[in-house]
Amino acid sequence: MMDEKILKNMTLDDLLLRYPFVGTYLENNKLDIEGFGTMTFEEYLNQFDEEYVETWAMDKEKIENDLLVYILQMLSFLGLKAEQTVRSITILPGQDKVGQKETFEPITIRSGDIVSIVGPTGSGKSRLLADIEWTANYDTPTKRCILINNEVADTKWRFSSSNKLVAQLSQNMNFVMDLTVEEFLELHAKSRMVENVNQVINTILESANQLAGEQFMRTTPVTALSGGQSRALMIADTAILSTSPIVLIDEIENAGIDRKKALKLLVSSEKIVLIATHDPTLALMADQRIIIKNGGIHKIISTDDEEKRILSELEKLDKIVGNLRHNLRLGNRIDQTMFV
Amino acid sequence: MNLVTISGPPSSGKTSIILKTIQAVQNRGLKVGVVKFDCLYTDDDQLYEKAGVPVKKGLSGALCPDHFFVSNIEEVVQWGRRQALDLLITESAGLCNRCSPYIKEIQGICVIDNLSGINTPKKIGPMLKSADIVVITKGDIVSQAEREVFASKVSSVNPQAIVMHINGLTGQGAYELSTLLYDEKEDVLTVKGKELKFSMPSALCSYCLGETRIGDDYQLGNVRKMELGEQNDG
Ligand SMILES: Nc1nc2c(ncn2[C@@H]2O[C@H](COP(=O)(O)OP(=O)(O)OP(=O)(O)O)[C@@H](O)[C@H]2O)c(=O)[nH]1
Ligand SMILES: [Mg+2]
Ligand SMILES: [Zn+2]
Ligand SMILES: [Zn+2]
Repeated sequence: MMDEKILKNMTLDDLLLRYPFVGTYLENNKLDIEGFGTMTFEEYLNQFDEEYVETWAMDKEKIENDLLVYILQMLSFLGLKAEQTVRSITILPGQDKVGQKETFEPITIRSGDIVSIVGPTGSGKSRLLADIEWTANYDTPTKRCILINNEVADTKWRFSSSNKLVAQLSQNMNFVMDLTVEEFLELHAKSRMVENVNQVINTILESANQLAGEQFMRTTPVTALSGGQSRALMIADTAILSTSPIVLIDEIENAGIDRKKALKLLVSSEKIVLIATHDPTLALMADQRIIIKNGGIHKIISTDDEEKRILSELEKLDKIVGNLRHNLRLGNRIDQTMFV
Repeated sequence: MNLVTISGPPSSGKTSIILKTIQAVQNRGLKVGVVKFDCLYTDDDQLYEKAGVPVKKGLSGALCPDHFFVSNIEEVVQWGRRQALDLLITESAGLCNRCSPYIKEIQGICVIDNLSGINTPKKIGPMLKSADIVVITKGDIVSQAEREVFASKVSSVNPQAIVMHINGLTGQGAYELSTLLYDEKEDVLTVKGKELKFSMPSALCSYCLGETRIGDDYQLGNVRKMELGEQNDG
């Protein structure tokens, strides 16, 4: 295992060979080591004179300590990625806004499960999500407890920035970077320390195009994607690249994207899928539904056979509406034959 | 009294985060006050006032706001004590990327937003690098991928910091931050004798001292020249 002593004696060349991600650290800290590869990190830092250190606000001691912390963090990140760590989360009851005890039976959600969350705005949906993200341990305003794999959660989930428990997708999210789809995915893949970048880009692009109504290419700028295409790319990217074991979806509009396939993709990536929605089709696609009222979990309903039957009717309706929208876009007249 | 210093680029969400966090701290029956440091203008004091939070502001005018901060922080601490605050928060507009208002042994928080551009973590100096906690805002409007890339850039320049994602509009994550801000065992009586985490450049040049004329003849003190290549390279 890497430690202070080993780091002190390694040359920069050796360090980079063993831990290629150290390159990112050096680059983001503006340390150009070209020509200094045979020095140790300490020797390299020591060749900067006082004036340089003062002018460029360099803290040698911190930069040196930080490198070790960074290496250990990245190693643990890679280790975690290798083993699928979160197999289930369990929500234990707490209390609502006025301190009334929640009465639901503890609910366990396993990877591959889909659970919807319904309740009016301000009813406590964000608080429930925050409890999950923070792995509440009777220490949040709701006094709930969140177990991971049936055990009290490790606090690493609270503070680790590279290993967030929850990935989020919502209607309001947009791509803001000025990059093409390919450059964008490459950047993300590298930050997740993926080895086979090109292959991963292909997989994501293919999956995203299966979800999106209209195809897009590697060279399309991410900011030029339509709403449906953006959402498709975000979902495929999250399913394939994000290491967060839980995905929270805050509504997906039923336009330009195949929502059923989107959920299937997430489920097949072993994610725990939570959907905050008031859209009946989306809500009924879940196996269970959490009903929030007055800051508390009011009850939990399992989607039964009757609801499943209604869901398939709804899906037919959605298809008709989708077809009408398509025809409208093409400039066609809408007629009765489209309404079956 | 506990003291927390918060800094971050303009409009990154500092006030929004502080207001949401204060609510959670107040729910524990604690009294919180804020002092805002800015350069030329701020109306943050009105926002705090409206929320019923005791507030003072200081404008640095011709000075770097962080230099101004260090020259005033002891008086500010004494003000907080006179107000019988349990927690005093300072909000500084991080206008100078070279300086930072963090004091050793006092919690320093940097607030930056997801919209500020992927290279921002690289551009900001000690204000980000020597913070104990980094709060990233505006995650509600960018994609999951961009949040992950941004957070990884932050971690690579300050791996020791706790990184938190907080939504300044809904306050999601603010309760969690509030649990890290107040420690009842802690009591700051004074900051006299404490040290800055990171030294600020004294950097005085003729123009700092009021010179307005341009040309070598007028440049004294700390002068750095850009390298523009050969003299006759045109
Ligand atoms: N969408 C979104 N907007 C936010 C968030 N946080 C803050 N804002 C908005 O960003 C703008 C600036 O927020 P402020 O809290 O005033 O930022 P500040 O850092 O205190 O700004 P100065 O003190 O003027 O430097 C406001 O319009 C906020 O409503 C967030 O998480 N999401
Ligand atoms: Mg402000
Ligand atoms: Zn300065
Ligand atoms: Zn000057």
